[in-house]
Amino acid sequence: MGRSLENKINLEEILPCNTFKTRVPQVEVEKNIKPAPSRYRNEIAKYLIYRDEEKCIMCGTCVKTCTKGVHVLKKGYKLFATSLSYTCNGFVCEKTENFCVAKCPNGALRLIKNPMMEVMGDFRWTSDMILATWRMAETGEILPEDSDFVYETGDSGGGFDRIRIVFPDKPAKVDSDEIDISLELNRRNDGRPKIKIDVPWYGGGMSFGSISNVTQLAKVRAATAWNTFSCTGEGGYMERLRPYDDHMITQVATGLFGVREETIQRVPIVEFKYAQGAKPGLGGHLLGTKNTPAVAKMREAVQGIPLFSPFPFHSVYSIEDHMKHIDWIKHINPRALISTKVSTPTDVDMVAVGSYYAGTHIIHIDGGYGGTGAAPDIAKKNIAMPIDYAIPKVHNFLSAEGVRDAVVLIASGGIRNYYDIAKAICLGADGVVVGTAELVALCCLRCSRCESGKGCPRGIATTNPELASQVTIEWGTQRIINLYNAWSIGLKDILRRLELKTIKELRGRTDLLIHLDISKKQN
Amino acid sequence: MPEKYHIKTSHVLPRLPRIGKCGIVDWREDCARCHNCVKKACVYDKYREENTFIRDLDEVHTLYYECMGCFSCVQNCTKNLLTLALNSEYQKLGNEYWTPQILSTTWLEAETGKVPVSGAGYRGKFSGPGFDSMWTDMSEIVRPTRDGIHGREYISTSVDIGKKPSFLNFQNNKLETVLPPLISIPFPVIFDMSSEKHTLPVLEPCIIETAKQTGLIAIIDSKKWKSIKLHNIEQYLKNIAFFLSPDGPQIPKEILDKTRLVEIPDNKNIEQQIASIKKNHPGIIIAVRIFMDEKVVKRVDELSRIDIEAIHLVADLNGNEINAKNPRFMKEIIREVHECLIKNEKRDEITLIAGGGIGLSEHVAKAIICGADLVSMNLPLLIAIECRLCESCRPGDYCPAKLETEIDLQYGGGRMTNLIGAWHWQLVELMGAMGMREVRRLRGDVGRAMFKDEIEEEIYGPIFRK
Ligand code: SF4
Ligand code: SF4
Ligand code: SF4
Ligand code: SF4
Ligand SMILES: [Zn+2]
Repeated sequence: MGRSLENKINLEEILPCNTFKTRVPQVEVEKNIKPAPSRYRNEIAKYLIYRDEEKCIMCGTCVKTCTKGVHVLKKGYKLFATSLSYTCNGFVCEKTENFCVAKCPNGALRLIKNPMMEVMGDFRWTSDMILATWRMAETGEILPEDSDFVYETGDSGGGFDRIRIVFPDKPAKVDSDEIDISLELNRRNDGRPKIKIDVPWYGGGMSFGSISNVTQLAKVRAATAWNTFSCTGEGGYMERLRPYDDHMITQVATGLFGVREETIQRVPIVEFKYAQGAKPGLGGHLLGTKNTPAVAKMREAVQGIPLFSPFPFHSVYSIEDHMKHIDWIKHINPRALISTKVSTPTDVDMVAVGSYYAGTHIIHIDGGYGGTGAAPDIAKKNIAMPIDYAIPKVHNFLSAEGVRDAVVLIASGGIRNYYDIAKAICLGADGVVVGTAELVALCCLRCSRCESGKGCPRGIATTNPELASQVTIEWGTQRIINLYNAWSIGLKDILRRLELKTIKELRGRTDLLIHLDISKKQN
Repeated sequence: MPEKYHIKTSHVLPRLPRIGKCGIVDWREDCARCHNCVKKACVYDKYREENTFIRDLDEVHTLYYECMGCFSCVQNCTKNLLTLALNSEYQKLGNEYWTPQILSTTWLEAETGKVPVSGAGYRGKFSGPGFDSMWTDMSEIVRPTRDGIHGREYISTSVDIGKKPSFLNFQNNKLETVLPPLISIPFPVIFDMSSEKHTLPVLEPCIIETAKQTGLIAIIDSKKWKSIKLHNIEQYLKNIAFFLSPDGPQIPKEILDKTRLVEIPDNKNIEQQIASIKKNHPGIIIAVRIFMDEKVVKRVDELSRIDIEAIHLVADLNGNEINAKNPRFMKEIIREVHECLIKNEKRDEITLIAGGGIGLSEHVAKAIICGADLVSMNLPLLIAIECRLCESCRPGDYCPAKLETEIDLQYGGGRMTNLIGAWHWQLVELMGAMGMREVRRLRGDVGRAMFKDEIEEEIYGPIFRK
């Protein structure tokens, strides 16, 4: 977007002159798709294939029959190498001609589901969904049709997990290449830039402090490659992010950690964070152990003490106050679009409309079931409305007020993959913000220990340098670029099967959805 | 402003190894004895802590208790010899209502006294039975108040037990109305009697001690009174409410007079019984204990027409209606009873205490939103001292939590007090998010909650039922 923005608009005209003086050259990131295998020695396999060495007569049948290259018998070797179980297709194979277990002349092979699958994952992110996301981040492709990973839905038993998209049996031909999934973020006609992102999603705010700087950089670099956005979160604006200013959203949150006029002037989008879904109605909280010297410096705080951002803005008690805030930012940065991030109370629809009248370009509603940072379990489970309900509620209310097309509605809080994106848009959102999925691309497996001690044992949500060194910027960038690629393929495929040419046409198309518990059963 | 409620908590270690959700299975045969074995790299140092691998490589040992499930060792082991498995002991904990999750949460709270915090978003079901089909509200941009977690305003969790007269009579500038007794407790929870199912441990001393530490009230069966060994029992009487069993012994007047609340089981002669207790002990508040069964609303309706101060509604241990074929959950019953009292214009004159399925802090808030003034609970206190609800507790049986013997007061009282401390902070979190300053105002305020069936119908009905 750096490029497109500069082509269309004379930057010097819209940037405040002091910004222009401090502006650093912007870096482009290539959108190449290439394999980025797991950074762990052992892949976690959904299925395990066992070979009884005593029964095996080394005939090589299994090697030939398996289309997934699971059995490895290297030339000149007398023994099989360890089976590449992780590429195995499992019991789907049983129904095909290629099932090694059946073909083996001496009954030497045995296939089981890996018992570890029970330990991995949870109701929202099942083990299948985690493994499938890892695979997409590795290859940049959606999973092959014969794969038996179930990742369209999780296992939570409600909301998106009970909603399905209904496709026509024989869709008219639409060429995937012609399908446009880009999203415009300014619908106000207020003279501010018409920013367009190539995909209908961008990366959520995760502050340095809650995630490592490598993670943060990988996120924004992938966003740059895909011409979309990433967000600073509320932990301040790292100098290292400045070459990507054109793809950053900076957050003005209640704690105002590290927020200065100059940081506001760097970016095309400024986001007011009123609340966040993971702990709606509660402020941000960074544990003392995570407040390392580097974090403290960035946030202009004292090292080692827990950092609370209060809730709410102690200067905002009405929509009028909110408007003053927005005017202030608009004045400081005349090219910026404003996003207002709120959580999902019962009256989220009123809040959204109020925010529209206060002058926001983007209304970002963040539901209770998402989030990445540390939050009280009681809040995550119990407070506020799931996004699955909030989207149609807000969409309908904005439509009834006649302002739906003057504002962009972005949803987050539990968007896990491109099916969720499609469902969110069908229910009335324009686009989504994703968070957890990006971390999963970096090999997060949702062990939920991000808060404890040194932080994430897998080196993602930590500021401990030793732990963080497990992830490199190159690899991390590639993984997220790949995941985005798979999603855009998947999303375009959904549109193609629905005979639609643009993502815009999908918005509000609840007629394309059924709810397994509510919709009348079709015969 | 009332004095700030503060529960002193301190770390109280469990007596037994913690029962974690997963453990490592280790196939040793092929082990290459790597110099830099992944086990040494466990971020949580679990291998070293459990003291197995490092000392004796050959000792066959599976780790079950405290693995945090990060899979790092599994994925890095040079020879791929490690597997994570679910801990079957963990899965066997509790029952369908008192899930392993509730037990482990309670243990954590009892150990630390802190609010359980974790990363990576919510991991559970979208909604569920019982209290899991409600969400509490939050208030966005405009909100009246915010609590003291950040040292700002104070959120009061105090509630009253007793009658609040709807008007006062003055004669010649003098109050004519005799003000009925009223108790104020700092947190909307009282401790109920132990259930018959879980008789093994002698809990009363710990519970009474906890009641004193937290300023709350413990209901004690008069039958057990004699056997309770507590030093200097006098100082605890303010925190004790006797349940006057019909077949129990008389509690001496000088003792009863020092307590503030008694409970009696519902019966036909309730009116006379209340009158006779009132005559002997005018300062005491009387709660009537009623089971939540099919007839409960009708009975409350009757009772509300006589002079009654408090009703203690009790569901079964899983929060369900008693003796019903298709039992309703307590939240439905509380809502009905609450509405019945409103209809009879008695809501402020009768205190509603609800108990049975209160297992987590969020249940306190939710039961109050449904219409209770406060709740009662007992099992969480038992779980706090590491009980697993295996229900094999009969004297003489083997107790996996080693609760056959007397429980150390410091340990038991400490863990239970921690639990209340953790519950208190969580209630404050929920109320802070709702923008409420007083738990008294939460009672029956169903607008502060979203009920799954209602919201699903309201929002998804028009979309999917066309
Ligand atoms: S097909 Fe069976 S016998 Fe032949 S090499 Fe494979 S495992 Fe061995
Ligand atoms: S089950 Fe299928 S995919 Fe798996 S090893 Fe056998 S042939 Fe290959
Ligand atoms: S601690 Fe676990 S859940 Fe959190 S980021 Fe790391 S791997 Fe993911
Ligand atoms: S899985 Fe993680 S926490 Fe568990 S023992 Fe291995 S390294 Fe330690
Ligand atoms: Zn505050």
